[in-house]
Amino acid sequence: MLEAEGIVKRFGGLVAVAGASLRVGRGEIVALIGPNGAGKTTLFSIVSGFETPDEGSVRFDGAEIAGLPPHAIAARGLVRTFQIVQPFAGLSVRENIAVGAHLHEASRRRALAAAEEVAARVGLADRLDQPAQALTIAGRKRLELARALATRPKLLLLDEVMAGLNPTEIDAIVAVVRAIRDSGITILLIEHVMEAVTRLAERVYVLSQGRIIAEGPPASVIANPAVIEAYLGHGAAARLEGASHA
Amino acid sequence: MRHWVFGAALVAALGVVPLVTSSEFWLTFFLMALLFALLGQSWNVLGGYGGQFSFGHALFFGLGAYATGILQVRHGVPAWPAAIAAIAIAAAVGAALGALVFRYRLRGSYFALVTLAFAEVARILVASFDYTGSGFGILIALAPGAGNFQFADRRVFYWLAWALVCLGCLVALWLERSRFGARLIAIRENEAAAQALGIDPLRTKTLALALSGAIAGVAGVLYMQIFLFADSHIAFGPTMSVEALLAPIIGGLGTAFGPLLGAILLHALGELARHATGGAPGLNLVLYGVLLIVMLRFLPDGITGLARRRARG
Ligand SMILES: Nc1ncnc2c1ncn2[C@@H]1O[C@H](COP(=O)(O)OP(=O)(O)OP(=O)(O)O)[C@@H](O)[C@H]1O
Ligand SMILES: [Mg+2]
Repeated sequence: MLEAEGIVKRFGGLVAVAGASLRVGRGEIVALIGPNGAGKTTLFSIVSGFETPDEGSVRFDGAEIAGLPPHAIAARGLVRTFQIVQPFAGLSVRENIAVGAHLHEASRRRALAAAEEVAARVGLADRLDQPAQALTIAGRKRLELARALATRPKLLLLDEVMAGLNPTEIDAIVAVVRAIRDSGITILLIEHVMEAVTRLAERVYVLSQGRIIAEGPPASVIANPAVIEAYLGHGAAARLEGASHA
Repeated sequence: MRHWVFGAALVAALGVVPLVTSSEFWLTFFLMALLFALLGQSWNVLGGYGGQFSFGHALFFGLGAYATGILQVRHGVPAWPAAIAAIAIAAAVGAALGALVFRYRLRGSYFALVTLAFAEVARILVASFDYTGSGFGILIALAPGAGNFQFADRRVFYWLAWALVCLGCLVALWLERSRFGARLIAIRENEAAAQALGIDPLRTKTLALALSGAIAGVAGVLYMQIFLFADSHIAFGPTMSVEALLAPIIGGLGTAFGPLLGAILLHALGELARHATGGAPGLNLVLYGVLLIVMLRFLPDGITGLARRRARG
């Protein structure tokens, strides 16, 4: 469903993404992990049209989408959330979600009704009339998810929707994400919370310094020495190995 | 809900002004307030709902006034078709300007400066050519008659202005209840988030500027038909641009009745100041400047915002 190939993105002298490729098949939950500054969010921004890649191609449903503006990509059914939440601060939760629903729904009344349904799915039903700026961080993350979901996407890109949440809140979101996939929406998610990754994802890509250094089921990827080194620094895998032998 | 009722009551009260007073002063006073309420509503569509602050709305007001005047005086076009054409021209210029400045992602103070620059260039150009009345302005010959869009009875203009203000309020209420309005407000609140949800900011803002331009054009046409005269300073000058933005800022940005409330208060203040000082030239701009600073400092969401906060307790 999504094929990104050989993506390169430079910011001045800095190479944020250095030839990364990934594929997501219909109905999958795929995770993209990697240390801070690896280029994960930049890769999302490229796929969703907020940045244009310097090299590489992005195909969605078989059509090239690199270079299309974000709204056109969203209209095709590929919708992202933001790592740094971007609520419509002055609007209520209901109105926030209705903006997403309006993508395929011209009627105001039906968009507001759809917003209520979506709010119930993500656990915001009792917050509908609150202003978005009154939500806690967990609430705002749910709102990001709800607005994207309300657009009725085919592929949802979730950028750290669990960062900053406590274990109970994470449990709740994990269940929500799984339910979203079960409703027929494909999911690609960036996540630092490894527990959530292992519980949710069928496949994991590891991005480090702009390159994909590993790919596979969560358990095998986490045990991969190259991945351990990327997270903990050069020689870390060998040191861990040595420690476990001692 | 309460401010909605208040707004409707205000509109209704204005509708009966000519029935309760025959004073030429008060009729003119409220007629001018209605005219500037219309101009304020035009600014409010783009600035209040869309979050794009223009400093050059005189451009559209001036286009409305000048286009209808020139079509009648230079080309012999009858008044009503000329009015329609002038409004269409103001809308088209709004669309063209929007397509240009929003394509280059001009926002905030850059957008304000560019709109100011366009209005000033228009003012200078209009004052430079005989075709556009050069230094003198445009004068439409007095020829009372409904067919000429000229009414000897001022009350007719008054009710026409009132009806158009009602229409302006309906446009604003439509924005609050429609997909287009939801998109425009989403862009005001957070443009990146709006884009991520499939909203095309260029298209939405350009349409809003075209709509805004059309409404300002209506105000310009009406002004021209009432006074049968406009010069470049009146029609395209910065004072007009400032009046356009002050009324909604005082009354309440992004509210349906804010521009009307603001325009009445602004004109009451303006009249008071004129009486108190004997009409020193340039004083109104000083007053506007002070008002703008006070409003933005203490009441950023205007009188309507204050009333809403009171209502919530
Ligand atoms: N617009 C930009 N301009 C310049 N540099 C940027 C820009 N966006 C990202 N970068 C840089 O590109 C690199 C990758 O950033 P990115 O946000 O994609 O990382 P990330 O993997 O999402 O990190 P995190 O886990 O901290 O969110 C970083 O060094 C970042 O500073
Ligand atoms: Mg990131």
